[in-house]
Amino acid sequence: MGQFVVRRILWMFVVLFVVSFVTFFLMHQVPGGPFDSEKALPADIMANLRARYHLDQPLWRQYTQYVYDVLVPRVTSKPPSPSVLDSFLIDVKMGDVYFRWMNFGPSFTSKSRSVNDIFHDQLPVSFQLGVMAVLFAMGLGIPLGILAALKQNTWLDYLGMGVAIFGVSVPAIVMGPILVWIFAVTLKWLPATGWGAKPPYLFGFLPSEFSLNFFKYALLPTITLGMGGSAILARLTRASLLQVIREDYIRTARAKGLAERLVIVRHALRNSLIPVATVLGPYFAAVVTGTFVVELVFGIPGLGKYFVNSISNRDYPVIMGTILLYAMVLVIANVVVDIVYAFLDPRIRIQ
Amino acid sequence: MATTETTPKPLGEAIISRKETNLWKDAFSRLTRNRAAVTGGVIIFLLFLVYVFAPVIAIRSYDVQISKDNNAMPQWLVALFPMTQGYARVNNAYPLGADDLGRDVFSRIVYGSRISLTVAFVGPLIAMLIGTIYGSLSGFFGGKLDNLMMRFVDTMYAFPTLLLIILMMAFFRSSFAGIAEPGSFKYTMNQLDTKVGGLLFIFIGIGITSWMGMARLTRGQVLSLREKEFVEAARATGSTNLRIMFRHILPNAIGPLIVSETLAIPGYISYEAFLSFIGLGVNPPTPSWGMMISDGARVIRTYPHLALIPGLALAITMFAFNFLGDGLRDALDPRMRGSS
Repeated sequence: MGQFVVRRILWMFVVLFVVSFVTFFLMHQVPGGPFDSEKALPADIMANLRARYHLDQPLWRQYTQYVYDVLVPRVTSKPPSPSVLDSFLIDVKMGDVYFRWMNFGPSFTSKSRSVNDIFHDQLPVSFQLGVMAVLFAMGLGIPLGILAALKQNTWLDYLGMGVAIFGVSVPAIVMGPILVWIFAVTLKWLPATGWGAKPPYLFGFLPSEFSLNFFKYALLPTITLGMGGSAILARLTRASLLQVIREDYIRTARAKGLAERLVIVRHALRNSLIPVATVLGPYFAAVVTGTFVVELVFGIPGLGKYFVNSISNRDYPVIMGTILLYAMVLVIANVVVDIVYAFLDPRIRIQ
Repeated sequence: MATTETTPKPLGEAIISRKETNLWKDAFSRLTRNRAAVTGGVIIFLLFLVYVFAPVIAIRSYDVQISKDNNAMPQWLVALFPMTQGYARVNNAYPLGADDLGRDVFSRIVYGSRISLTVAFVGPLIAMLIGTIYGSLSGFFGGKLDNLMMRFVDTMYAFPTLLLIILMMAFFRSSFAGIAEPGSFKYTMNQLDTKVGGLLFIFIGIGITSWMGMARLTRGQVLSLREKEFVEAARATGSTNLRIMFRHILPNAIGPLIVSETLAIPGYISYEAFLSFIGLGVNPPTPSWGMMISDGARVIRTYPHLALIPGLALAITMFAFNFLGDGLRDALDPRMRGSS
């Protein structure tokens, strides 16, 4: 077990290196630089700018410098300076020393904001949206799947599976405008675009207050993002529960006279949710990238919108940082799911 | 079954009269008994007709702009969306209205089916081509090569797919365009891409990012099949590796592969729609439903139909492919019923 965990974590680092490597070189193949504009800058100024951002150095030097800045944590007693070059994503004060980790560098399109500043402002929004969507998907999908399985081949089953097929068939770019048109334009109950929370965030990522206003803004995007996931979860829960119900130990539980409710809750449900836990990894990935789509549809100032803009602006550090950050989240989520799965299912633990 | 009324036949006759069947015939008859799947199939067939006869069905070409008719709406749409009354220009010559440039929405929807359907068929083909070759090589030869190849698949999985596609589209769109010297690779690729309205790069993007699932599935199938007795028998009779692969293993593995790719089709359709939605997909004026939704969403307060109609077309198409995919899965392997 210990070996398994260590191997998975080492593998995680290899993957992240590959991701950063591919992204870095692919990105630098795109012609045009961040300082190309309609009005050409004088060559001297251009050279200065390029030197300032190390763009005059060979590509591999730029890459190693970048990886060094991101990967190696610093422990110093110097207080942080306001410079955009000296900004870290993780910056904690521990007694007299500062623990500072993950410097994604300055942004090329903003004078005063580093990539980390952008993450600090934009990422919490994406995070809030993603978490609410996951909660919505689980809250709707799992009960729906359980009901459909317990009442197999009744109208409840058909309704549940109807919702599931609706969820996978209506993409966010269709669902978004439909919801906006019904609830924002026609009924005027909810706002069409925007987000209800602004920095500063509680603990760096939570909205400072869970007001009615916050939920008003969040409701439509959450449904749009969560619908597809609830469909996947409902189908999987149903299939898994149907399989478990036919197992011998369920028959044994019934045969010894256990109440049906206890058979379902204590014996069937617990075991049927194990396979559901495995899709949470890939599902988490779907939500994370799904936030991109939904943020664009609803004009939410999260990281997704920023990412698409940064591509057309050739803002290398923002592109690079975003992809790395998301890859990191995905890889960690997958490793955590693998390990949790191994703990949940004794059959895997023994191997 | 209520068979009490009929006179019982002699047992031997009943056995003889049973029609000869095989896996595919059996699966087909199961598929035709599934009403949802048949509906999906019929819709896809109709869409295919629209694809082929688009120039006949469409009122005019998708790029004809009649600027005096911009934002025109037919009477029934004005009645359906009462708030447009007063400012909407009523013109019944446009069955689904006209967009802000005076292009007929109906014609653009008709031509837009070509984009979505092409993606729906070429996407799986690319994924299957790369995935099955990769997966069968990995599974068939096994050992170190297998290990290495599968670790590469794992790594590819770690890329955030959508982000990678966006990055690659940006890369293709800007680094292949504007190359002046004919004959160079980039120039040829860009010319090809322009000819097909921007679809080529979408296919490459989808191809690079979506073959891994297919590779894993193929490998799994090949791994279990190559230990079977009939493969051993083939080897004993002196069949070459190539022959064993194509004659014995792949035909037996193809069922789950087809099902898996059919179920993936809606995903490909929505990738294309999303890329066009954010402006990295097809080149205007090629009509893509995703691009039409994007244009329409901007004026959803005033002309809601401009976003809702292409949205409906996209959703119906995805419903159809989902129904057919589910039906196909149930038909080919009844044990998989209900799982995702």
